[in-house]
Amino acid sequence: MTPKSRLHIPHPSARPGEAPDFSYISLSKAGAVARPDTDAPAGNIEHLAHEMVRVLDDDGVARGDWTPDLTPAQLLEALRLMLLTRQYDERMHRMQRQGKITFYMQSLGEEAVSIGQGMALEADDMLFPAYRNQGLFILRDTSLVDLMCQCLSNTRDMCKGRQMPVMYHNRKGNLFSVSGNLATQYPHAVGWAMASAIKGEDHIAASWVGDGSTAEADFHYALTFAAVYQAPVILNVVNNQWAISTFQGFAGGERRSFAARGLGLGIPGIRVDGNDLLAVYAVTRWAAQRAREGGGPTLIELVTYRGGPHSTSDDPTRYRPRDEWEAFPLGDPVKRLKQHLVNTGHWSDEQHAALENELKQSVIDAWNEAITFGTMTEGPHLDVSIMFDDVYEKIPQQLKQQRQQLVDLKGTNT
Amino acid sequence: MSQMNMIQAINSALDVVMEKDPSVIILGQDVGYFGGVFRCTDGLQAKFGEHRVIDAPIAEGGIIGSAIGIGVNGLRPVAEIQFADYIYPGLDQIISELARLRYRSGGEYFSPVTVRAPCGGGIRGGQTHSQSPEALFTHLSGIMTVMPSSPYDAKGLLISAIESNDPVIFFEPKRIYNGPFDGDPNKPSVPWSKHPAGEVPQDYYSIPLGKASLVEQGQELSIITYGTMVHVAQAAVRTAGISADIIDVRTLVPLDVETLVKSVEKTGRCLIAHEASKFCGYGAELVATVQEECFWHLEAPIVRVAGWETPYPHAFEWDYFPGQDRILAGIRTIMESQ
Repeated sequence: MTPKSRLHIPHPSARPGEAPDFSYISLSKAGAVARPDTDAPAGNIEHLAHEMVRVLDDDGVARGDWTPDLTPAQLLEALRLMLLTRQYDERMHRMQRQGKITFYMQSLGEEAVSIGQGMALEADDMLFPAYRNQGLFILRDTSLVDLMCQCLSNTRDMCKGRQMPVMYHNRKGNLFSVSGNLATQYPHAVGWAMASAIKGEDHIAASWVGDGSTAEADFHYALTFAAVYQAPVILNVVNNQWAISTFQGFAGGERRSFAARGLGLGIPGIRVDGNDLLAVYAVTRWAAQRAREGGGPTLIELVTYRGGPHSTSDDPTRYRPRDEWEAFPLGDPVKRLKQHLVNTGHWSDEQHAALENELKQSVIDAWNEAITFGTMTEGPHLDVSIMFDDVYEKIPQQLKQQRQQLVDLKGTNT
Repeated sequence: MSQMNMIQAINSALDVVMEKDPSVIILGQDVGYFGGVFRCTDGLQAKFGEHRVIDAPIAEGGIIGSAIGIGVNGLRPVAEIQFADYIYPGLDQIISELARLRYRSGGEYFSPVTVRAPCGGGIRGGQTHSQSPEALFTHLSGIMTVMPSSPYDAKGLLISAIESNDPVIFFEPKRIYNGPFDGDPNKPSVPWSKHPAGEVPQDYYSIPLGKASLVEQGQELSIITYGTMVHVAQAAVRTAGISADIIDVRTLVPLDVETLVKSVEKTGRCLIAHEASKFCGYGAELVATVQEECFWHLEAPIVRVAGWETPYPHAFEWDYFPGQDRILAGIRTIMESQ
């Protein structure tokens, strides 16, 4: 038999009706991976891209030298923010199902990414989120009412009715405008970080993409520019296993980790348990300190699982096992942090249930306030003439004329 | 005043604006140590340092994408794309990000990027160093598109482009970098020093975006054009011996409609010329605008003279290029039309 070339088509480990199989995910034991100094040469720490930094073990005990010095109060705040994100998502997903908003995307199962990483960064650090980073907005004090009004495209919509739901921004909170185009924010973060270094400032940038988006050219542009200029930036890949219906193997994740994508450029890569808030926080602090000390970029792969559909337009039961998330070896980030806090005597099931109820009520209250600024069917409505604003800094003559034409047309019709 | 060609004028614009505003930085391939393949950034890195004139990897999408981030962080980047033909890998960043950032963020974020790119043919560049892709950009909302036709205009317009808080695509017709060109490649080349628009102040000045320039005044015909074709049109009008307005649009977006309308209302006849191919070219927008605004003043159908609808062919460069003979044929058609 002569060997022949073959076309390899990646296949996920399980399809609907089959038993979930995550044997393809290699795990390290909690505490098993040593924490290097932040000034370690990139070539000496390449193993971090292949192993997995984990702090919480299966019993919720923090192990090893990556254990961050977070106080119980900080950990409880992290738990509250993750729960709030989940309650917000749950409500908004339901509102879409009831036809109150046109579209929604949950971050179910990935909450530790935004909350853990957001907590590890400073307020003046600039964040370039992807569309599943709502936790960053919640963490940086964007009010739920503001987030909801954006999804409603109502009179208080920060985007003035111009963007689909979830494409938030928060200028005061140093959160960039979310784009619907994949990975475009990655070079922006690198450019922002380059400017910070040019200006001699100490602020860093961070950005997020999914595993699927690493296939985009912008991902590779960003890594190249970050490496060339040693930009103070943290580039994060949220590997939630699924890009709509294609599993992470279709982005090239079958044979090597996403964290290893930067090794060829000399960018340190860290693969981390993305559902372990302590580990997520710890590796982000490490990368931030390295960037601030002039050590340049770090690529972090956060291994997690997309617990919900890609969006409200998606039905994952058609391409993956229904019970796949339950079999995911890294579990649920909320349950794991809760378990840790209960174990250490700082939390209880009763307190947890009470907090859930309290947050659920605060989300309902925010929704009731948000809809007073209008919904898709009920007023008040946005003044349509604002659609001509902000195309340019000052409105050009041609657009003024078009605005007048529209106003006249509306006047004739009513 | 001093004599400058267009390259020197662009260099001077960058120089004075970088002196005036320390937030202006340059990013592009070969722009730093080497000074640019056309020498437009010559000497600037030596003067302003490596943090302000930055050599970039060969990745147009990365140059434009990172320039956007640099602009968001309060600096004022001027990105050079070495040839307009190579701007396409950056197209998504221009269309989806640069042009729409202000709009999509409700006016809260913007990035004042200027993208410079040499364009146009006539230098034996074949299809990969000759294109005029301006219509791809003029179709976008949220971005301005500029193309100068002389050293004087190039400097004044580039300074305005850099100072604009709106993003600008700044096309430089490279055939006229060193001298005006009347469309005849067999004639000896003429330097800018023999042309009045080669007189350029050394100091700061600016020409507002959105204003066309009436480069010739006449009574019988309005020729609306831009870039290299301004000079070809001037030569054709002299050969034809007619009295014509020649309007250099200069800023394609925003378009100075008023100047066009005033001229066509006076002459009643309109010819539009550009180097890019005709179908869905920028001339189609000019025709539509003139028709909408001046229909009752028109004495003849509007004529377009443009490149053929083929890629720019290396061996047939001068058959592709809409030279004087094609403009003269257009003038005859329009003047004979009753």
